[in-house]
Amino acid sequence: MPLSTQSQTEGDNYVLVASLDNVRNLSNILKAITFKDHAIFNATPNGLKVTVEDSKCLQANAFIQAEIFQEFTIKEDSVGFQVNLTVLLDCPTIFGGSTVPGVATALRMCYNGYGYPLTLFLEEGGVVTVCKVNTQEPEEPIDFEFCSTNVTNKVILQSESLKEAFSELDMTSEVLQITMSPSQPYFRLSTFGNSGNAHYDYPKDSDMMELFQCTKTQTRYKMSLLKPSTKALALSCKVSVRTDSRGFLSLQYLVRNDDGQICFVEYYCCPDEEVEEE
Amino acid sequence: MAERNQTTDRTLSHAISWQISQPLPADCEETCFGQLRSVTFGYCLHIVHDVQCVRRLQIQTTEPTGDAKSQVNTFLWIPHLHLLTAKLTAWTTCKVTLNIILFNILACKRLLCSLVSALYLSNKPFSICVVFDQANFFDEYQLEGVAPDANEICLEVTPENLSRALRTSQNAKCVKIKLTKKHCPCLTLVAELPTLSSVSRVVTHDIPVDVIPRRLWHDFKEPRMPDFDVSIYLPPLKTMKNVVDRMKNLSNFLVMEANLNGEMNLKIETDLVSVTTHFKDLGNPPWGDDGSQGRSQSRDPEVMAHTRVDIRKLQQFLMGQQVNPSKAMCNIVHKRIIHLILLHEDVSLQYFIPAVA
Repeated sequence: MPLSTQSQTEGDNYVLVASLDNVRNLSNILKAITFKDHAIFNATPNGLKVTVEDSKCLQANAFIQAEIFQEFTIKEDSVGFQVNLTVLLDCPTIFGGSTVPGVATALRMCYNGYGYPLTLFLEEGGVVTVCKVNTQEPEEPIDFEFCSTNVTNKVILQSESLKEAFSELDMTSEVLQITMSPSQPYFRLSTFGNSGNAHYDYPKDSDMMELFQCTKTQTRYKMSLLKPSTKALALSCKVSVRTDSRGFLSLQYLVRNDDGQICFVEYYCCPDEEVEEE
Repeated sequence: MAERNQTTDRTLSHAISWQISQPLPADCEETCFGQLRSVTFGYCLHIVHDVQCVRRLQIQTTEPTGDAKSQVNTFLWIPHLHLLTAKLTAWTTCKVTLNIILFNILACKRLLCSLVSALYLSNKPFSICVVFDQANFFDEYQLEGVAPDANEICLEVTPENLSRALRTSQNAKCVKIKLTKKHCPCLTLVAELPTLSSVSRVVTHDIPVDVIPRRLWHDFKEPRMPDFDVSIYLPPLKTMKNVVDRMKNLSNFLVMEANLNGEMNLKIETDLVSVTTHFKDLGNPPWGDDGSQGRSQSRDPEVMAHTRVDIRKLQQFLMGQQVNPSKAMCNIVHKRIIHLILLHEDVSLQYFIPAVA
């Protein structure tokens, strides 16, 4: 692989090396969580976790297991850094990002450790591009303390059904209200916009519904926080919607990449504080 | 375009013929990039900023007889001139932002079209020169130049106008281009368009042009090959365009470097990121044994010559490529100029991009 033409001086000092034959298997997932400039990368022997946060109310995580990579070598238990995600994502498409079958950009991502830039070696058709993205001190991601014992509602749907709803959401509404109940309307998304109120109902015996375990809840979330999750929804085939006793929302998306492998993206969102939960 | 003053034909041709007969004054200064000259004594060539801050060429002259300085526009009208042409669309689909295009028509088989751009975004213009052989394009070609010993005509026209006219005649049965005089000199394009009936449809475009006087012709000759440090074949233009388009998102300036080992790198560097694309095995053109190769002959093949340019200019060059050239190469003068040459059948296209600090 032509990527062996990397700088020899840095060759042996990498704490993290990850290679992919098709960079889109990483870049597509990362695009799904790019709603802010900065992302926290955390690599462990299990794989890569990328976190993006917004105003301490929203957190998105993308998980790419070590098995997805053709090569994943890590010399420490945990390697963390922060990068400008927008700038980073300009790199994988350096060759034009064509979707011609059989033509893929290969990636070799290397990190020397604290203080060093993240180096991406991208290769397509014999041409190599080396990108060095500056890293920063990683911030500690917020722990939303969302644990399965506190989960009051859990719904697993096929993404197909939600995609339509999310793409049509009334953006003039400040909130998105999620109602989950063992009785009618079961699972409802509501908006309250300038033109009126809109409700999307999903009955529990619908084909799209794979799992339905609900007690009665109705919570509101800021629309501006949830709208970015549409990108992850668009990529996914299944989504799990869970709320806990505090009204915190967890959306988990199952994403299949170009090669059919599975990755996860999850969103945590705080409820809109003006409304008291029932 | 330069303003058009009201003046009589007689005064005009009188003034103009006087100008043609004057030799070029000795004291002239190079203003920018060797393309435009400022001359004194009787003529001035101003570089004027108009409301859009674009540099324009405005030529003032003095009346040959009087002491009063009157502004007379220097455009020439050569009557009885006919040029017939087939479709000339390859170079006009170039989407670069230009405000002047110069048409220099030589009777001796070469149609030279030189495009000078003075983008307000930078202080130095960059220029493009296209040369192609009229014999391959025209069915009929008649030209009566300025004088028997200078059988050429040099015209200035806005490319947008010409390109629009040519676009409507893309499917024409036949196209004639003539230099005519309406209220001012014009390139008149007459296209005979196909119709379903037997009566054909004729579309006429009158494109205003300015005629450049002979004493300024040397400014618009086919540019000399610069004394380059490295000459190299370009990588596939499509790949180059993709890379440069992406790099433009990250930085305003790009460094192009190449060596005599067929290697070229495109580099950008900002506070946040640095990106370098490496092209290998490109090959170096074997220029003949002339003076311009002198500098590069004794050169270490590994050493890179590099130049830093405004990335938008390189991007514009790459955007304009609708035709796949048979040969594409680049000469780099270390820290001075990038000279790009495209050859396609009998058409040659040369771009000069100056270095920025």
